[in-house]
Amino acid sequence: MAPADIRKVILNILERIAPDEDLSHLDDSKAFREQMELDSMDFLDIVMELRKLYRVQIPEADYPNLISMDSTVTYLTPLLKDVPA
Amino acid sequence: MHYHTLIIGAGMSGLAAGIRLAYYQKPVCILERHTTIGGLNSFYRLRDRNHDVGLHAVTNYAAPGTKTGPLAKLLKQLRLRWDDFALRPQCGSAVMFPGKKLRFTNDFSVLVEEIAAAFPPQIDGFRKLVTTIETFDELNLNQQAVSAMQVVSEHITDPLLVDMLFCPLMFYGSATPRDMDFNQFVVMFKSIFKEGFARPFEGVRRILKTLTRHYKELGGELKLRHGVREIKIDNGRAIGVVLDDGREITADNVLSTIGSVETFRLCGKALAGQTVPGDHGPIEQFQHGAISFNESISVLDCQPKELGHGETIIFYNDSERFTYDAPSDPCDLRSGIICSPNNFQYENDQQLEDGIVRITALANPDYWMGLSPEVYAAAKADWGTRIIDSAVRFMPEFRSHVVDTDIFTPKTIHRFTGHLKGAVYGAPRKILTGDMPLKNLFLAGTDQGFLGIIGSMLSGITIANNQLLRD
Repeated sequence: MAPADIRKVILNILERIAPDEDLSHLDDSKAFREQMELDSMDFLDIVMELRKLYRVQIPEADYPNLISMDSTVTYLTPLLKDVPA
Repeated sequence: MHYHTLIIGAGMSGLAAGIRLAYYQKPVCILERHTTIGGLNSFYRLRDRNHDVGLHAVTNYAAPGTKTGPLAKLLKQLRLRWDDFALRPQCGSAVMFPGKKLRFTNDFSVLVEEIAAAFPPQIDGFRKLVTTIETFDELNLNQQAVSAMQVVSEHITDPLLVDMLFCPLMFYGSATPRDMDFNQFVVMFKSIFKEGFARPFEGVRRILKTLTRHYKELGGELKLRHGVREIKIDNGRAIGVVLDDGREITADNVLSTIGSVETFRLCGKALAGQTVPGDHGPIEQFQHGAISFNESISVLDCQPKELGHGETIIFYNDSERFTYDAPSDPCDLRSGIICSPNNFQYENDQQLEDGIVRITALANPDYWMGLSPEVYAAAKADWGTRIIDSAVRFMPEFRSHVVDTDIFTPKTIHRFTGHLKGAVYGAPRKILTGDMPLKNLFLAGTDQGFLGIIGSMLSGITIANNQLLRD
């Protein structure tokens, strides 16, 4: 998957976790938490959704990489490079 | 079929845990002894009328679009939209004690103003108590029990106000007589006074049906009339369950929502002398609760509002001090709860077909559990009348408008929930982490310790997340 595909995957996950949030104005460089209400349970859900979808394991030490859309896509690009879009 | 997790009990917590597991594609099966879902919060049909049992109101109300708090957290975790529960806010409630009435609504400032007007010397202390409550982390699962009476009395010196604040919180969630754990007090204070009451127009059915449909769509299995008589244990692990009819089902994990002592019993001798992780000590030290209620449900030939009764819920007490304990009489007639499901702000001024008044009073579980079948019905009717006669002192007269009546007792609660002694709020000692003496056996629901309808669902979610979805 290319970074643009990964971005779409993350957006889909966020829509599922928070269906009442408007994500059309999401700023990719800013922390998710500054733009929408996400607590620690929600971050864990992003990790679990990725595992469910692509069997990708994200160790707890790497969770800080999931702070914003940009950092998440950068972190996931090498992990998902062989996954078909 | 071998499951990832077997869940015992199709109440709010079991269904919510089931949704989380099914969503993450774990083979999961919920086993329910009863013929319908819901457990303590269920529904039934009697003489062509729908009734709710348990639920007076959903606490933890938040308006549509609210993104923080327990309700928002719950909806996100279950992947539900706000509209799925269709909660409508209360009209307004009150605590009525001798010479004092405190009104409260879903706008917390109303209660603050009422206290300032009725108890001027106490308002500063009350504000300090609110700050203590707001800064308290009730979601920390590794905390020690602290007496709420002690903490509250440090801020508020008038025992009448102390009792009036405790009364609704105890009635709606305390498994402990005469006091609460401060953690539980904070949970209840926030859910009732700060967030407030709501109800779907269709009652608890709406919530349970939403949960069940969602669970099944995700691939979860639900088996009614499947009581569990034993949890099978081998080599220190739960390996499955034995059903009432002798059939066996195997699983990697078992999540019980039926109560701590009730779960230990299903494990039999294998747990003797074992300890619950986290300073809880051996299982023999755990006791089931003894707080239970009688409730009389009156169907009226008119709306309660037409008789001048506009409150959603009234918590009343006629004595100098409020006593929250199992009474020595069959029922405690000094205090109680008056709830009218008509008095919520339903959409487009929709109104329930029948007027309903539910009156709930503390009951003596031993008396009701011990009655012989011949005298049970008469005792139930007699005390139902006495409860109503006591409650009309705190509301407009309605007795001549009653067209149908139903009554439940601790015995009814025991029959439908399996809670020993019909203990509505379970055991006084909660196991917040959900840990049990076996590595792959867990506890959710009433005895895990999150309270109310929203709390019970969050209990199932939390234990599923922390204990069953970590691998």
